[in-house]
Amino acid sequence: MKYSRTTGEQNDEAKSPMRRDSGYDVIVIGAGHAGCEAALASARLGRATCLFTMNLDTIAQMSCNPAIGGLAKGHLVREIDALGGEMAKNTDRAGIQFRMLNKSKGPAVWSLRAQADRVLYRLSMRKVLESQKNLSIKQALVEKIVVEDGKVKGVSTSLGIFYGARAVIVTTGTFLRGLIHIGLDNFPSGRAGEFPSVGLSDSLRELGLGLDRLKTGTPPRLDAHTIDFSKTAAQFGDEPPLPFSYATSRITNPQLPCYITYTNSETHRIIRENLDRSPLYSGRIKSTGPRYCPSIEDKVVRFSGRERHQVFLEPEGLETSEYYANGISTSLPYDVQVALVRTIPGLEEAEIMRPAYAIEYDFAYPTQLRHSLETKLIEGLFLAGQINGTSGYEEAAAQGLMAGINAALKLKGSPPLVLGRHEAYAGVLIDDLVTKGTREPYRMFTSRAEYRLLLRHENADERLTEKGYAIGLLGETDYLRFREKQRRIECETARLRSRRIKPEAVKEALAALNTTPLREDAALEQLLKRPEISYDFIRRVSPPEEPLSEEICREIEIRVKYEGYITRQAEAAERLKKMDEKRIPEGIDYSAISGLSKEILLKLEEVRPANIGQAGRIPGVTPAALSLLLIAIEKMRRRAK
Amino acid sequence: MDDDTIAAISTPLGEGGIGIVRLSGRDALPVVGKLFSTPRGKRLERSGSRTFIHGFIKDPLTGAAVDEVLVAVMRTPKTYTREDVVEIHCHGGILPLRKVLELALKNGARLAEPGEFTKRAFLNGRIDLSQAEAVMDLIRAKTEESGRVALEQLSGGLSEKIAALQDEIASVCAHVEAYIDFPEEEIEPDSFETMLTGIGGIREGLAALSASFEEGRFFREGLKVAIVGRPNVGKSSLLNALLKRDRAIVTETAGTTRDVIEEYLDIGGLPARIMDTAGIRETHEMAEKEGVLRSLRAIEDADVVIGMIDGTCPPGAEDRVVLQRLRKKRALITVNKSDLPQAEDDWQRVLAAYSENIVNISARTGTGLGLLKEKILHLSLAGGLKTGAKHPCSESTGAIVTNLRHKIAIDRAAGGLDKAAAALQTQMPLEIVAIEMREALDRLGEIVGAVTTEDILNRIFNEFCVGK
Repeated sequence: MKYSRTTGEQNDEAKSPMRRDSGYDVIVIGAGHAGCEAALASARLGRATCLFTMNLDTIAQMSCNPAIGGLAKGHLVREIDALGGEMAKNTDRAGIQFRMLNKSKGPAVWSLRAQADRVLYRLSMRKVLESQKNLSIKQALVEKIVVEDGKVKGVSTSLGIFYGARAVIVTTGTFLRGLIHIGLDNFPSGRAGEFPSVGLSDSLRELGLGLDRLKTGTPPRLDAHTIDFSKTAAQFGDEPPLPFSYATSRITNPQLPCYITYTNSETHRIIRENLDRSPLYSGRIKSTGPRYCPSIEDKVVRFSGRERHQVFLEPEGLETSEYYANGISTSLPYDVQVALVRTIPGLEEAEIMRPAYAIEYDFAYPTQLRHSLETKLIEGLFLAGQINGTSGYEEAAAQGLMAGINAALKLKGSPPLVLGRHEAYAGVLIDDLVTKGTREPYRMFTSRAEYRLLLRHENADERLTEKGYAIGLLGETDYLRFREKQRRIECETARLRSRRIKPEAVKEALAALNTTPLREDAALEQLLKRPEISYDFIRRVSPPEEPLSEEICREIEIRVKYEGYITRQAEAAERLKKMDEKRIPEGIDYSAISGLSKEILLKLEEVRPANIGQAGRIPGVTPAALSLLLIAIEKMRRRAK
Repeated sequence: MDDDTIAAISTPLGEGGIGIVRLSGRDALPVVGKLFSTPRGKRLERSGSRTFIHGFIKDPLTGAAVDEVLVAVMRTPKTYTREDVVEIHCHGGILPLRKVLELALKNGARLAEPGEFTKRAFLNGRIDLSQAEAVMDLIRAKTEESGRVALEQLSGGLSEKIAALQDEIASVCAHVEAYIDFPEEEIEPDSFETMLTGIGGIREGLAALSASFEEGRFFREGLKVAIVGRPNVGKSSLLNALLKRDRAIVTETAGTTRDVIEEYLDIGGLPARIMDTAGIRETHEMAEKEGVLRSLRAIEDADVVIGMIDGTCPPGAEDRVVLQRLRKKRALITVNKSDLPQAEDDWQRVLAAYSENIVNISARTGTGLGLLKEKILHLSLAGGLKTGAKHPCSESTGAIVTNLRHKIAIDRAAGGLDKAAAALQTQMPLEIVAIEMREALDRLGEIVGAVTTEDILNRIFNEFCVGK
């Protein structure tokens, strides 16, 4: 009988002993967004798992902005939820503002974004981790991955303690040889106020992994007591707030607005005059930063014609007066930060609580990974998150989840779960990373997906829930709720197809919309296909047999209105899938295939694609090269007979 | 890939009395079925394997007959590719042959990649393992050849033109993508009208390119190439050498050829009418006089004129008269008899204006003929000689499409833009419009290189100040 945190009572189902004599099944290094998902997935799939963090108090820390989601990122969060991950649920628990973005555009590109209370997010995730069966959490600095005969054996810490494991997932974020820049000063650090991880970086390099440097940055945090919000425009969330998780019925936290203000010519003058004190422009930082999160000095220099840039003041939490000044990420020195902040309306008296900074860190070339996120070089070693060259909590969490799932599946002797590009943004993300690699921090955009119309915010469950359930990550309750939702959608779409409506029945309603009347009986579906007719209209003239949630209504509307396009993309995806099913034998000797150009040969050898589809997505690989590859594989197959 | 239906002309162009369009794949029969009809209304889909049926290929849109043909039906698995194979044996020469292929492509088939029939034959087990290397060699060779031909045919400003249109589409795409992906960045979409006008403009550019193929005189009538020169420089020998047979009578006697002799020849995929002419000189003999007049007319008619000189003799008055006539034409100078001692110095000044367009050949040994063909192709597709006249087809669009693969890609791109415009007009949201725009972009990418997601993102970051 053990103590359970969730109920505070003695509980039979409390955590079982996790540590075996031989060590753990899975060790996760780093308890950021990737690490938390990886550890939870592994433990939930029944693997004895240990999560190592350098600091128990910064588990699930949001190092950058206090927000989760946004375009494509919100999609990732929904996918994590549909597979049985935690990020969506945790955001719902910690969220203090929820907004559906792109509502003025087509419903296929709507996406949710939430502001989260940084402390609540951390604590609530820690609580989930601590009450998870099969999972232990340790504060320690892992310095070495122990490998024997090309297989991972465990890790050892700075205190020289060895922990055995059959699989190790590295999710170290910006900590590997992290170097913070504030103006021309710099100092080793993993995150502001935290130590970097140097030994582990050396250990990975010694194992033969190729590493390189990337850079990212954050803006200053301000004290709300010194901000005059009356000079800014408040931006409120949706009411009622829509949750991220399919399992959350209601958001219970109080909701807070964000505030928008702008830089001006004076701000820009100060920045320009101090460019020589910027590590970016003085050449001190050489690594590449994310172009979609440019520093304010970058924006001012590159778009010199712009008179102003937006600054979003985002609350850091319910119990703090700290505000995150989104939009003025910078690596300029502290005195310049103070000066530039104070040129901005509403911030004339603002006090900086934490300065902005830029950080450089090591990442591993993601082309060294399989789609399972296991390294090709070392069996049982998985990498996930920012270490793979991505940026963003959501990108990290999605990889962490997949790495956790695949480590667990591997130990079970099952094939990995690889999501197709047509199935999930998580699939696009991982396929892009392992196929094309990246030279700047990789962020997800909806434009990266070939089949954007298939990868909707709404239908993440339809795309992934069966998979999450099949591997055992998603519980019965979640699964049954999903089936019920699908049943309702199908019933209603069937009704729309079969129920016909008479012209007289909608004559007035159509006239009120200023649109052409029906000339003869028409199926509701036909009516809904008209651009000016919404499902809301249909619901009014012919109510469904059972009440339907807003989300279900939207899904039905999308399915009917864009049916032709959805079918077309599904067919194209099917063709792509066929190519992905043509496997390339693991040990194939590319140099023995005559006729491949030197350039193509090098690329194939670097990526070692798993299948013909992936090979074709490597930049520079031609259709003719694929033909040669196909024939060479067929040749091998026949020889082997 | 897989078992989708591929089609190609499988006989050499411009040679032989019949030409064959071959299709292979799941829908080979239904595709041809849409184009084919017999006088008795026999259904192609019902015919048994290994049957040969007589009938007509008609354009299903217009109903116009294209050619009288024999269609061979071979059903899976006992075929070359082990798939359903249909061969259309055409009789009307190169133009109907191309038209038949085009109709097949418009009705569900895809143009075969170089060596693709053989590739399928191998992958489907029709060709045994010992020939695998040969199959790979073939694919490689065909790919190189088609790449070279495609490159040649992209000259004359065509690739720049296509790239420019592609660039315009990419720019619209980048704007739409930025608008979708950065909802908090104050990016305003272009107005409905601006987008429609923009798409319409690109659409017109593509239509003009496509029309240059349809209307190209080269493909209606073949490229007209006249071989001219003073008597006895070896014009008829050159014709025979190009045709690889003794078509024209060749003698030592000057003035043997009295009339214009025309023959068809395939030059790098371009059908050409080669005209051997009577030697140009002052003469009082009636028949020869008429022959010379016809030669002069042939020069006027020709798209490309090959002015021939005898490299072993210094320039004479008769040569000068001929060269004079070439001034306003796109012309090549062939210096014949390169296998014999040359009188080079004397020619240098006379030929200075033609520097890049002089080819040394020997009609007797065949040396230089390959280069000559390349030069003809280049000259007919490129912007024109420095001293020459304007290209007959270049005035409207500045570029012409001669490669069917290119033409199909351009048409599909145009189709994508039409759908994009239609989606806009039916108030579809921009992410739907984006699908169609992307389609157009990808199709043009088949010709001038793909615009990748990364390229679009680069544009977004260059053009829009996005990101917080």
